[in-house]
Amino acid sequence: MKTNLAIGAGAVIAFVVFPLLNLVVPPSSAFHLSAFWVTLAGKIMCYAIVAVALDLIWGYAGILSLGHGLFFALGGYGMGMYLMRQIGRQGQYQSDLPDFMVFLDWKELPWQWWGSEHFLWAMFLVVAVPGLLAFVFGYFAFRSRVKGVYFSIITQALTFAAMLLFFRNATGFGGNNGFTDFKRILGFNVTSPETRMALFAITAFFLLSTLLVTRWIVTSKFGRVLEAIRDAEPRAMFCGYDTVHYKVAAFTFSAVLCGIAGALYVPQVGIINPSEMSPANSIEIAIWVAVGGRGTLAGAILGAGLVNGAKSFFTVAFPEYWLFALGAIFIAVTLFLPRGVLGLIQRK
Amino acid sequence: MNAIALPDQAMQAADAAQGTVLYLDGISVSFDGFRALNNLSLTIDPGELRCVIGPNGAGKTTMMDVITGKTRPDEGRAVFGQAADLTRLSEAQIAHAGIGRKFQKPTIFERLTVFENLELAMKADKRVRATLLAKLSSAERDRIAQNLTLIGLQESADRVAGLLSHGQKQWLEIGMLLMQEPKLLLLDEPVAGMSDQETERTAELFLSLAGAHSLVVVEHDMAFIESIARKVTVLHEGSVIAEGPMDQVQNDTRVIEVYLGR
Repeated sequence: MKTNLAIGAGAVIAFVVFPLLNLVVPPSSAFHLSAFWVTLAGKIMCYAIVAVALDLIWGYAGILSLGHGLFFALGGYGMGMYLMRQIGRQGQYQSDLPDFMVFLDWKELPWQWWGSEHFLWAMFLVVAVPGLLAFVFGYFAFRSRVKGVYFSIITQALTFAAMLLFFRNATGFGGNNGFTDFKRILGFNVTSPETRMALFAITAFFLLSTLLVTRWIVTSKFGRVLEAIRDAEPRAMFCGYDTVHYKVAAFTFSAVLCGIAGALYVPQVGIINPSEMSPANSIEIAIWVAVGGRGTLAGAILGAGLVNGAKSFFTVAFPEYWLFALGAIFIAVTLFLPRGVLGLIQRK
Repeated sequence: MNAIALPDQAMQAADAAQGTVLYLDGISVSFDGFRALNNLSLTIDPGELRCVIGPNGAGKTTMMDVITGKTRPDEGRAVFGQAADLTRLSEAQIAHAGIGRKFQKPTIFERLTVFENLELAMKADKRVRATLLAKLSSAERDRIAQNLTLIGLQESADRVAGLLSHGQKQWLEIGMLLMQEPKLLLLDEPVAGMSDQETERTAELFLSLAGAHSLVVVEHDMAFIESIARKVTVLHEGSVIAEGPMDQVQNDTRVIEVYLGR
């Protein structure tokens, strides 16, 4: 009931209050909401989608992935390729090829870029690449009964390996600079206030959908099987559940959500590069979920908001101290709030 | 034509057609050179209640691991029912074939309610898609309610299973096995940690289940074994050293030497 109220309030803020204050209220007014805040809120909502995705597998199925930043980045790269093609000849070198390819003296698009000028194909990649990778990786890891901390470590290794791969120029995705200088999305100017607000509203819509769909999943019998796997996997197997299938399904769905979040993130922040795949990024996602409260879904959103809000404040006010603050938050939550901030609220 | 006149013969023919429920033949398992099971052979008949005893390390739990697909034998055959080769099936497939297993330490879904534990164990299509769309029918609710009464947990249906007492957890796990409607139940130390009264009720339950199900009970509690045993198998160092009615096994000199006498 309370959650529904919170969801409703969130929807009103995202779909009514933000557009009004940003687009209708003139910039001269004290109530005007600047593009900075719209972008920041949009960015945090993308993170919140990732947090909910991780909570689904960590909080419910007990699978701690420390590689979810990879799926997020892959979705971002999928969208980034399309945005690069939308630049057309307006780049630095006025070529049909993206600037970095001209710089590397490439004469034609590499095979990975096939079809990237089509929005729908790019959106297919956004969903299919993270999904397929998670499916294959998850299948082999879960079939080999890799569990617990060992699974967490190999997911860290996976995202690290991918980062090294994307750092190479020869991989074909702009090396360590990644993609930036986007001009248009679907023909609309990507930096205009209207486009920004549209992207913001679409992100809010996806966050809301993510929350509702994952909530439906965890309240279904499927969700209870995930919890059963978390509590006693051998018992679940001897009950007749092929737990590998369940874990692969949940892991793949979670990765797809991250890919969508990444695709929404890139046009709003205007850049994607391999640092998004750094192991530390994926660990930070787990901290959001732990701070908010594992196994609650809404807590993941809360955690993503609180930690990233704090991060925005610290990186402006005391940039050197952010990592110390993050560490302190994580230790404090682990010691004093095993059920996260949401657990604290619910207890009162 | 003579079937009505000769019911006994008909029954025997049916029994012969059904054959054995479980047939282990020459099973050997080694872990790093240690022979946990050594040429073990065992046959369980339909509706039989068999007790398996033996000192620690005799291979009782390893035998259950082989039957349920958790451990693959180095040698030997394990056949369930007419044709199912247990050495080739996964744990989940073996569960579907009709074998339920209770672990030594009660293993239940601690953070789900008692009702949900039974719901998940219930015989159903357990593939991903079917589970995602599954809805409890009223007939299924009734079955769960009956089971709750049987295991004496009707008052605790909505409690989180982790809050149950040790004995209640044992009962819940047995209840979960029964929800699977298995042909064969493997019960590893089912009365460990139970009060005398709970043990007595468990004995009654097992005796009532025998006939409709086959049961294999591994236990150290000899008083409990005596109260339910019809046929007892004694394991020692991975092999069967004696098999027969309780009093016969109790007077077997080797059994006294390796197990009972100490």
